[in-house]
Parts: sequence; C-alpha cells; structure tokens
Amino acid sequence: MPAGYLPFFLFLVLAILFPLATLIVAKLIRPSAPLPVKREAYECGIPAASTSRGRYAVRFYIIAILFVIFDVETVFLFPWAVHYKALGWFGVAEVAVFLAILVVGYLWAYKKGALEWV
Amino acid sequence: MSGYYTSADHFALLPALMLVLFGSAILLLEFLMPKGPARTRWLVGFTLLGLASAAIALLRQHQALSAPGSRIVAFSGSFTIDSFSLYFDWLFLAAAAIVTLISYRYLEIEGEHRAEYYGLILLACSGMFFLASGADLITMFLGLELMALSFYVLVGFLKRERRSNEAAIKYFLLGSFSSSLLAYGFSLLYGLSGSTNLEEIRRAIFTRGSLDAITALAMATILAGVLFKVSAAPFHMWAPDAYAGAPTAVTAYLSVASQAASFALLLRLFNGPLSPLDQEWRPLVAGVAVATLVIGNFAALTQENVKRLIAYSSVSHAGYLLLGLVAGNTTGLRGIAVYLAIYMFANLGVLMVLIAIRTRTSGMLEEDLSDLNGLGARHPLYAAAMLVFLLSLAGIPPTGGFLGKYYIFLSLLETGHAVLAVIAALYVAVSLYYYFRIVRGMYMTQGEPGPLASSIGMNVAVAISGVATLLLGLFPEPFLRFAAGALVR
Amino acid sequence: MPPLPVSQIPLNWYLILSATLFLIGVAGFIYRRNIITIFMCIELMLNAVNLSFVALSYQWKQVDGHIFSFFVMVVAAAEAAVGLAIILTVFKNRQTLEVDEISSLRN
Repeated sequence: MPAGYLPFFLFLVLAILFPLATLIVAKLIRPSAPLPVKREAYECGIPAASTSRGRYAVRFYIIAILFVIFDVETVFLFPWAVHYKALGWFGVAEVAVFLAILVVGYLWAYKKGALEWV
Repeated sequence: MSGYYTSADHFALLPALMLVLFGSAILLLEFLMPKGPARTRWLVGFTLLGLASAAIALLRQHQALSAPGSRIVAFSGSFTIDSFSLYFDWLFLAAAAIVTLISYRYLEIEGEHRAEYYGLILLACSGMFFLASGADLITMFLGLELMALSFYVLVGFLKRERRSNEAAIKYFLLGSFSSSLLAYGFSLLYGLSGSTNLEEIRRAIFTRGSLDAITALAMATILAGVLFKVSAAPFHMWAPDAYAGAPTAVTAYLSVASQAASFALLLRLFNGPLSPLDQEWRPLVAGVAVATLVIGNFAALTQENVKRLIAYSSVSHAGYLLLGLVAGNTTGLRGIAVYLAIYMFANLGVLMVLIAIRTRTSGMLEEDLSDLNGLGARHPLYAAAMLVFLLSLAGIPPTGGFLGKYYIFLSLLETGHAVLAVIAALYVAVSLYYYFRIVRGMYMTQGEPGPLASSIGMNVAVAISGVATLLLGLFPEPFLRFAAGALVR
Repeated sequence: MPPLPVSQIPLNWYLILSATLFLIGVAGFIYRRNIITIFMCIELMLNAVNLSFVALSYQWKQVDGHIFSFFVMVVAAAEAAVGLAIILTVFKNRQTLEVDEISSLRN
C-alpha cells in the first residue's frame, strides 16, 4: 500500500471510531426514561404539521436560481485572488468588468422585483 | 504573460463587444423609459443602433483584411478574425437586423413586448460571433452556450403559451444534452493533444495518424453533438417541435442564424482539428446527409402546420449543406457559404409572411396551411414575395436558391460522388410537392379575408429579403466573389 | 515537495470513471421520464466532463483543462438557472413534469 495513504486511513479509522465510542459511552452512562413526548420527531419544538414531501412556494425556486448564478461567480474570483499580485491593476480592471456585467444582471433582477418576498 | 489586452485584441473583439454592451444596456434602458408605445419604438431603435455599431466595427475589420488570406489572431490565438468569420458575422448581423424589424409588430400582437427579447437577440448574435471566430475549444464552447442559452429563453418567450413552453423545454433538454456530448468530445481532444487550440489539436491528431479508441470516441461524440445542433437526421427530432412552438419571429432567427452558426462550428471543427480523420468521418456524414434528406422531405409532405412544414424543410436543407461538407473541396465549401446566405433570406421571408397574416383577432393561432388560403387575392404583394421565397427554397432557377444547390451538386460531381448528387437532385423534386401545396393554397383556394399585421419594419424586411433572394439569383457575381473569398483557407 | 499520492492512480481509471458517469447520464437522459431527473442527468454528464478535464489536465501538468472545467461549471450553472426557469413556466401551465404528458406539439 502506498505510504502516502497512511494519514488518510488513520483519519478514516478515527472518524469511524469516534462517533461509535461517543454513542456507546453515552448509552452506558445516561439514565433511560422513554416518554412519548421524547420520541416525537424534533421540529422546532412543535409537533410536525405535515410531511416534508409537500410543495414549496415558487419563490424558493427563484431565490435558488438567483443564488446559483451569483454563487458561481466566485469560481472566477478565486483564481484571481490567488494570483492577484502578479496580475496587478490589469487583473483588478478585468475583475471590475466581470463584476460590472453581474451588476447589470443584479440590477435587472432587483428592478423586476425578483428579490422581493411577496 | 505580457500584453493582456492589446489593441489587436480590442480590434478583433469590438463587433462582439458592441453587441454585448448594447444587449446588457437595453435591459437597464427599459427601466429608464416611461411605459407606452414610445418605449417599444425606442427599444427597437436601440437594438438597431447596437447592430449598426457592430456593423461599423465589422466593416473596419473587413477593410483591414482586404489582402487575401490575411487574418487577425487575438487573445493568444484563441480568437481569429479571417474571411471565414467575417462572412458568417455578416450573415448573423443581417439575420438579427431582419428579425428585429419583424419582431416589433409580432410582439405587440402577442402582448409580450419586453426589452429582454431584444437583449437576448443581441447576446445570441454575439455568441454566434464567438462561434465563427473561435480558434480554441473554450471560445467555441462559450460562444455556443451563449447562443444556445439565449435561444432557450427566446423559444419559450411567450410564457403564457403552452406550446411555447413545451418547445422551450424540449429544445432546452436536447440542446443541453448535445452540448454535454460536445463538451465530452472536447475533453478527449484536449486529452490527446494537451492543448485547447484548434490548430495544435489538428497537429496532434495528424501525428497520431491512425484512428485509436480515444480519437474515435472524441470524433463520435463531437459528430453527434454537432449533428444535433444542425438538426441532422437521427438527431433532428427537436427541430419540428422547437420551430413550431416558438414565437414565429424566434423561429425565423433560430432556423437561419442558429443554423448558420452551427455550420460555422461544424466547418471550424471538421476542416480544422478533425480534418486528418476525414477518411473516417466522410462516409458517416454522407450517410447522415442522405438520411436527413429522406426524413426531412418525406416528413414535410404530410404536415398541415406551416411552421412544422418549414421545420422539416429546414432539416432537408441541412442535408444539402452536409453534402457540401462531404464533397469538401473549394466548390463544396463555397456552396455551403452561398447556400446558407440564400437559404437565410428565403426562410426568413417565408416566416415573416406568416407573421404578417397572423393576428390575434383572426384567431390564427395554429398556423395551419389553410391560413394561407386566398392570400394571392387578398394581399397580392405579400403573396408574390412568398412565391419568390418558396421558389428559392425549392431551388428554381431565376431565384437564388438554384445557385446554392448548383454549387453543392457541382462539388459532388467534381469529387466523384455522382450517386449522392443524383439522390440530392431527386429530393428536389419531392420538395417541390410540398412547397407547391403552399402556393396552391395561396392562389387556387378561396380563403377568409383577414387583416394584415404589417408595419413599416415588416414591409422593409419583406422587401429586403425578396430583393436579396431575386438579386442573388439574377446577378450573383459580386456576391459569389465575396463568398469565394470567405472560404479559401 | 514530495509527489502527491494521487499520481499513483493511473489516468485510465479517471477516464473510465468519467466515461461511466457520462454513460449513466446518457442512459438516464434516455430512460427517465421526469424533467427534473432528466435535467439532473445532463448535469451528471457535465460533471463527468469536468472530471475528465481535470484528470487530463493533471496528466499534462497544465492548467488549461482546469480553466475549461471552470467554464463548464459556469455553463452548467447558467443552464441550471435557465432550465429551472423554463421548468417552472411549464409546470405553471400544465401542473405536470412528466415528459410523456407534455406533448401537444405533435403530428
């Protein structure tokens, strides 16, 4: 087995053992008193009103769509951030142009009311 | 790492840059204008201004490249301006301008007149510029996606119309599937050459010589992806649905500009990096072309919906264009260029006449063949224009369409593909039947009188397309010289 | 710096994994009938492309493939946004996401 994997396997063993040990130890030392209230699914303290398979409001999808778009912009900011000293002012200008295009999209979405929760 | 954005880069990028600038600005312009009919006119004007400034930048490139065979290489070899890209860029600009002119009235009727429509038209056009100028896999992939994403939205632009939604979802699913196929093929090309530059990939494939598993897989996935885009036979099924369900103005743009851009991609890839493998792909493309001719023509025979009929006829035109690639000599490539331009004007023309006779009040929502009944008596000029466009699509001599088919057939004979030429000629006869069905409806059938949704823009667009279709057939010399320069590489 | 342990996995394995993922995506695209699932299959195909680019890029000791995979990611995100928006309008007009039921354009 390649030696480089040793830390990985050590970590794997540790990652399996730790939760197991915690569960077993907790089981051994805690008092056992099952009440019906305790057995309910925990949902912010109130009993679950419906299943979690229902439909979501359409607003969530629009927020998700906007999130996906503006989330991925960082993919291009990271390489610049790593290398920004070498790129100098040119890199700053380039990123400014890139962000300006995104701002057009942001302004458009804002003006269209896509960011408001109605 | 020196000279990140040189003046040569700027000069090469300027036409596409103009389109992107205007396309983004128009989204914000909408908020600055008061609502009302004045705003929609401003939007059209602004779009035409954007196209005009791109045209000026393009004209300057044209002048700079007056010497034959000269080219501008920008962005470290990932973007080229040569006569090939200039020719296609002019086509894209012309298509975008005509579509803008015919959209005004159409969007009024549909009640969906919004700035995004024009923004997307401009952005799609800039994507096509990147496709035609791409000399690098990344540039081409991004150009393709910019174009395709704009079209997905445009096809579904009538968001309250179920048919438009359906067309959009079908086009989107099949379009992004084919983009994934292409991207996978691109990754394999990168793997076997270690570069994303088309010329370096060509050299790497050339040195490899024989066809091994990776090269074959790359060729197969790229071929499948591109054939999807040009709506060739086994992969054509998205086209009739997308064409029929899309807003008619978008159908016009999609069927000519997107088709031309996809052929630009096809030619760049198959005459570039994949040209050393031509012994392998040529028979495949020949088979696909014949299948496309058969399916396109026979399916068009039985259509009752005009837009579906035009969609299948577009599929069959893709077959003729692919035959030009099969021949692959200078005549064939010039044939593709000529054919695309002529097909563009004729197909745009047919669809704009369809827009003109369509009004909300007359309830012509299905675009049946019978809608055209009696057009010859009702609106003789529009009917005459339609006749010219249909003759051109069928390839009848006085019109431009004959010229495109002539060059394709000639190139097939020159390269010893006589059988293919005969098959192609036979299908011209088949196509005459369904084009004639439309003509018969216009001139030999009584129809309901209906109002004409014409406008200044529409009349200008019909006039331009009609005159271009006739002139290209009657005085082809200047145009042929332009097209000939385009494809000598 | 000692060589990274990754280099001991041959390139072929990555390519086989990538091809397998891609084929799963293609099969799902062809056989699944729910639009969202079909769309997820397309995303899976794009991720297979990314894997293949990154592995090949590592093999060539270049960054070109990494850059391409960045662009593929962005394109995938843009496709997701446009696709979800189209799916939403389809659902609003039809109350279904089964492709077989979305078939008014046919003859």
